[in-house]
Amino acid sequence: MITIHEARRILTFNPARPAATHVAVRDGRILGAGRLEELAGWGDYRLDRTFADKVLMPGLVEGHSHVAEGVQWRFVYCGYFDRTDPDGKVWSGLKSIEEVVARLQQANAAASDPSLPLTGWALDPIYFDNRRMTRKDLDRVSTTRPIGIMHASGHIMNVNSKALELAGMLRRGINHPGIPLDDEGLPTGEMKGPEAMTPLGPHVGLDRGLLSADEPGLRAFARLCVRAGVTTAADLANLLPQPAVDMMLRVTAEQDFPARIVPLRIAREISPVELVDRVLELGRLSTDRLRLGKIKVVVDGSIQGFSARLKAPGYYNGAPNGLWYVAPEQLREILERSLVAGVQVHCHTNGDEATDLVLDMLELALRKHPSPNHRFTLQHCQLANAAQFRRMRALGMCVNLFPNHHFYWGDQHYALTVGPERAERMNACATALANGVPMAIHSDAPVTPLGPLFTAWCAVNRRTASGRVLGEHERISVADALRTITLGAAFTLGLDDEIGSIECGKRADFAVLEDDPTEIGGERLKDVRIWGTVLGGRIFPAADI
Amino acid sequence: MSSRLPATLIGGYLGAGKTTLVNALLRGADGRRLAVLVNDFGELPIDADLIEAREGNLLSISGGCICCSFGSDLIAAIMELRAADRPIDHLLIETSGVALPGTIAQSLQLIPDIDVNGIVVLADAESVRDRAADRYMGDTVLAQLAAADIIVLNKVDLISPEQISATTAWLKQTATRARVLPAQRANLPPELILTRQDEQTKGRFFASGHDTAQLATVGFEIDGNGDPEALAQALADASLHLLRVKGIVRDRHGALVAVHVMGRRASVEPAPRAVQSPGRLVCIGVAHEIDAKAVADAIAARPPYSAKLA
Repeated sequence: MITIHEARRILTFNPARPAATHVAVRDGRILGAGRLEELAGWGDYRLDRTFADKVLMPGLVEGHSHVAEGVQWRFVYCGYFDRTDPDGKVWSGLKSIEEVVARLQQANAAASDPSLPLTGWALDPIYFDNRRMTRKDLDRVSTTRPIGIMHASGHIMNVNSKALELAGMLRRGINHPGIPLDDEGLPTGEMKGPEAMTPLGPHVGLDRGLLSADEPGLRAFARLCVRAGVTTAADLANLLPQPAVDMMLRVTAEQDFPARIVPLRIAREISPVELVDRVLELGRLSTDRLRLGKIKVVVDGSIQGFSARLKAPGYYNGAPNGLWYVAPEQLREILERSLVAGVQVHCHTNGDEATDLVLDMLELALRKHPSPNHRFTLQHCQLANAAQFRRMRALGMCVNLFPNHHFYWGDQHYALTVGPERAERMNACATALANGVPMAIHSDAPVTPLGPLFTAWCAVNRRTASGRVLGEHERISVADALRTITLGAAFTLGLDDEIGSIECGKRADFAVLEDDPTEIGGERLKDVRIWGTVLGGRIFPAADI
Repeated sequence: MSSRLPATLIGGYLGAGKTTLVNALLRGADGRRLAVLVNDFGELPIDADLIEAREGNLLSISGGCICCSFGSDLIAAIMELRAADRPIDHLLIETSGVALPGTIAQSLQLIPDIDVNGIVVLADAESVRDRAADRYMGDTVLAQLAAADIIVLNKVDLISPEQISATTAWLKQTATRARVLPAQRANLPPELILTRQDEQTKGRFFASGHDTAQLATVGFEIDGNGDPEALAQALADASLHLLRVKGIVRDRHGALVAVHVMGRRASVEPAPRAVQSPGRLVCIGVAHEIDAKAVADAIAARPPYSAKLA
């Protein structure tokens, strides 16, 4: 059965016919886009006018997110910016510690069992005039219930006195760089870095493995995808134990599951030989809506956590260089074995020294195992300079940059982490495109909200939260940004033959929009209203999801 | 869980011999129940003949020992291990080749009832200086060495005596607080690293299995109720050249406490509950460096403690 969808306008991203009014779909695939009379030639059809006043574009592709975004919403949202939950409810941003405490007090009053922990997320006190939250603020919420609030960065947590007491840490004499002390010599309640946070986690409802989603988390994540116009999303770091894979296979196979998920197996806990074998095995389990068989390697830490590896001259504030999470020999072995096996590898590098290491190791690996079309991708790659983009191009690499950072932490990068010059070239989208490096841009949700049109706005405007334009010369056009959040991201996932544009033979994946992103203007790109999505011809209105 | 758990970190760059040392310690465990935590990309690095069973990432090893990989989260792995209420006498943490053992040791103090006995860092005699100058890994390797209480300069059979001297001198300059111990196959005597709850009731023991530096032991009976922290600090003084000190003494209130020294690191912990009386204070050092009289004098300089050679 053929369905022909009529739309106000269809942005195809097929340069041969960039705009159309109708798209014909059969068995989840696109027969073509064009005028109704052109498409009628395919045979008997049903005309669907649901989208007659909407704009269709290719389903948006998020190349670097985490399904854990769907898990976070079980906790109390404490962020500074308005954010939409999987139900479509917009939680207002909290502008002071007082407002955070008030929302937590409401949640505390609403919770039935007084012994259960109260958990919050997305706190960002850098916007609170540098006033840090302390355990005493949270003690005003409860002195009997342990409370833990994860910061937006994911690198810091605030807890109350009860939580410290349960963890055996409400004591004097603690000497740890991640645990500031107050006048009484007791922890202030701010726990910085994974080592400081982990002992508190079990007491405040943040257990290990939260980044690997469970079933409700996966379902919630898919609903967030519909609200963001996303039809394909990468889950960029998952240990993928078989029970989790079985669950994901079952849930994504359901008729009404509204997203295509691309989970990457993180290189951890097993040797490179076992890793590549396991990922080949996973690849054979792939279905249309669950694409397995790729590897993620974490090479360094984060810039705002000062754990990214920077080339000289290092951090602007003089902080010591960051941490390696993989040795060159190990990285090279993973890259070589993956090239041989035809498995794609995505490498997290935030700092430019980490990027250099991947470029060096891949160059050596490619000399040994020349491999056309490997599409190994640098993820984040925030500090790459022009020379590094030229090398990426020469080595056949892709890049997935992180322009959302400009908005959320650009002012801090300018003032503190990397200083003005490098802050202005961070996430150098224009340089990447100019050098012909296949490019995606991403949210890293839940670090920043899932929303490729917002990410596109960030790449087009490079505006910080305070309004500074951070690197005028690296701004890209709306057309380039829209192509990047569709075909660009699809290419980095090896799916550009199937998705990323609306043309004959591709999957019928559409973002359904109320506004035309090519007409609304770059300044307002983030304000494009999203009606819902179409995934493989199935229609998912955000209002009903 | 109220008993305290001694922990030793075993660090060093890839290929320096960490795994060899861990296996040697498992073979020499002699009734101690070791828990080995491993953070690396490799397979669990335990010799096949030692493995009794495998369940996921947890290996059961002969003699009641276990080994598991902790991925990225050591603190959580230790907390899970403790929560499982498994009998463990000593925790060995083999850090990844790029991890900083000093930072990890600092984080371990956040877990209640864990006592870091020391940091042993292995250095490959052939390559350590190249590694320390490596464009990417140099600062990581230097930070690893600087955090060590004992640096095992491993594989010295592969370099000349002159090179051994030069590399040892360089290490002493680079890692000023560490004791440097040459070795061929990282096979240190377990007594150098491990403790045992009932150690004070044992007779003499001999350092064995170490094939380069000849180690020697002196033991003392310690009398008096004194300041164990001051005693431990005195024994950690570089002039005594001790690699390891362990034993039970009485504090000012007459309570039994365990004194631990590894290189320059000194610590005092409550004595294990099973201990009824002070025992022998065991001091281990390189044979030609250890001076029993100097050690006895150092103890006597912390009255009311007094030492009698056992």
